[in-house]
Amino acid sequence: MDKILRIDMGSVGGPKAAAKELGEYAGFGGRAMTSAIISKEVPPLCHPLGAENKLVIAPGMLSGTVAAMSGRLSVGCKSPLTGGIKEANSGGQAAQVLARLGFAAIVLEGKPATDDLYKIVINKDGIKISIDNSLKMLPNYDLVEKMKAEFGDKISCISIGPAGEMKMNVASIACTDMELRPTRHAGRGGVGAVMGSKGVKVIVLDDSGMTMRAPKDPEKFRDANKRFVDGLKQHPVTGQALPAYGTNVLTNILNEAGGYPTYNFKQGNFTGASKISGETQAETETKRGGVPTHGCHRGCVIRCSGIYNDKDGHFLSKQPEYETVWAHGGNCGIDDLDSIAMLDFLDDNYGIDTIEMGATIAVAMDAGIAKFGDAKAAIDLVKEVGKGSHLGRILGGGAAMTGKAFGVERVPVVKGQAMPAYDPRAVKGIGVTYATSTMGADHTAGYAVATNILKVGGFVDPLTSEGQIELSRNLQIATAAVDSTGMCLFIAFAVLDQADTFQALIDLINGFYGGQLTGDGVVELGKKVLSMERDFNTRAGFTAQQDRLPRYFSTEAFAPHNVKFDVKDEDLDKVFNW
Amino acid sequence: MQITIKLFATLRNNRFDSSKMEYSAGTTVLDVLNNLSISEKEAAIIFVNGRHVERDHVMLDGDSVSIFPPIGGG
Repeated sequence: MDKILRIDMGSVGGPKAAAKELGEYAGFGGRAMTSAIISKEVPPLCHPLGAENKLVIAPGMLSGTVAAMSGRLSVGCKSPLTGGIKEANSGGQAAQVLARLGFAAIVLEGKPATDDLYKIVINKDGIKISIDNSLKMLPNYDLVEKMKAEFGDKISCISIGPAGEMKMNVASIACTDMELRPTRHAGRGGVGAVMGSKGVKVIVLDDSGMTMRAPKDPEKFRDANKRFVDGLKQHPVTGQALPAYGTNVLTNILNEAGGYPTYNFKQGNFTGASKISGETQAETETKRGGVPTHGCHRGCVIRCSGIYNDKDGHFLSKQPEYETVWAHGGNCGIDDLDSIAMLDFLDDNYGIDTIEMGATIAVAMDAGIAKFGDAKAAIDLVKEVGKGSHLGRILGGGAAMTGKAFGVERVPVVKGQAMPAYDPRAVKGIGVTYATSTMGADHTAGYAVATNILKVGGFVDPLTSEGQIELSRNLQIATAAVDSTGMCLFIAFAVLDQADTFQALIDLINGFYGGQLTGDGVVELGKKVLSMERDFNTRAGFTAQQDRLPRYFSTEAFAPHNVKFDVKDEDLDKVFNW
Repeated sequence: MQITIKLFATLRNNRFDSSKMEYSAGTTVLDVLNNLSISEKEAAIIFVNGRHVERDHVMLDGDSVSIFPPIGGG
């Protein structure tokens, strides 16, 4: 991982690839790499779909090694959805394979003069970029089948579906999983639209003939990995609950806590919650010959993903994640798991962010385009997006754009990005993260739900404003660091509770790089990443007024606890004071 | 008095999902846990009427208690 692959898509005479030295980016990985390149090289006032924007795809610091959980990929750019910096994060095989191919990042630059569609193939022999217009408007599953037929089944793909080609704000970038299905997505912020603007349909990776990345201190690294895996297995969340039920185990608890946004964030309880819960989902999967416990990439020991079959036992989609089940389910008043799994499949196939899409449909339902609870109508609306009809183009613009198009007052977005599955009035710590994150409303940026609801890393009462600023600040710093390592964020459940598992993570990094990183060093890394991102956003025109929730969250009480978001503005402005 | 008890995830194994039960006045959450043979470690998160409570919380007639093992996701 000692080179950056820069591909100028706008080069005269066709795209040109060049492997460059790491230079000032040496030692960076994942989100630190994407945010460093974007903040330094992309003019903050550029149009996100223009030639000046760049798409950076970076494996984490530990990706491509034998370290467990190290298969996360960061995708960065200026976001067409938020207008600010973006890092969208994905599981799947791509990060491990790209790292083993020797690249710390792929940077897509410039813009082709024609509307040809390109295919990029990277293997041990080099890089081949070719025009392949036969791929135009292919959905992700069909595209991957075609790549498999052409290049065999040892490949991994990073691709966009029709939504990316149409440069929609909801467009994701898909990464294939262990079964070579395009089920894992860098979902948020319209990163797929930026890949589409570069004219790149798919990057095919093949690491045949390459080896695992070798640590500087193999013994220390091996020992640290063992302690790290033991720590993950021993913690009840990473060792038991996530493998057994997946992320959707959260439906019941958020619903019981009164923080489960239903009917476009109108109330915190959903009567159909039990029918779409993780418990019901796991039972359904087992009954139908699916798989409730499954890793999204090789080297995952938590295995929170799964495979969801239809009534006849045929593959319908990967196990829909909690956020998807909420966005397409509870938030739209839909309580049918089969319909939700179908929506998950359609989103993956068209290359759409499930959170933004579900939140958008709920806004459309509020506008009367469809009735809350009408699953068939929701499926039809996503199909409109895939087709790119006029209605589909509006919905494909995301919740904020749809709200404006249809005159909806209550649109749950920050910096133009839709809120995920926790109401900020009833889970106030996550409200602070939604408001202040450099990414727009993003639960993963500082997952205060852990401490507000799940009692991981201590407990801060979700219904009061005290302690939420500090909680969100510390989690945002830690997350920025973890997102740079290539580690799955779910290691945080064990790392927050078990000091020796946190130490094992630090020892993994030191064993690999031969450095002397400390816990304080991890904090410094996180702060550095956030500072680069904040700086980019400031130069892009963001002020303190963008670090706010929509006004109605402060003025309208949320049932059942009848709470408003009451963290003071001047306190929100202190989140990044360090 | 009547209390609604809701169990989730692994706590449902060999028990129930939801049940209404009779308890005497002054019953605490801990009494309910003991009655159901749920250990302290297993009952990581407890809500009464949607609010987090500790084990010594005294239940009232008509209360609903929801008990979760350690879970996470997101």
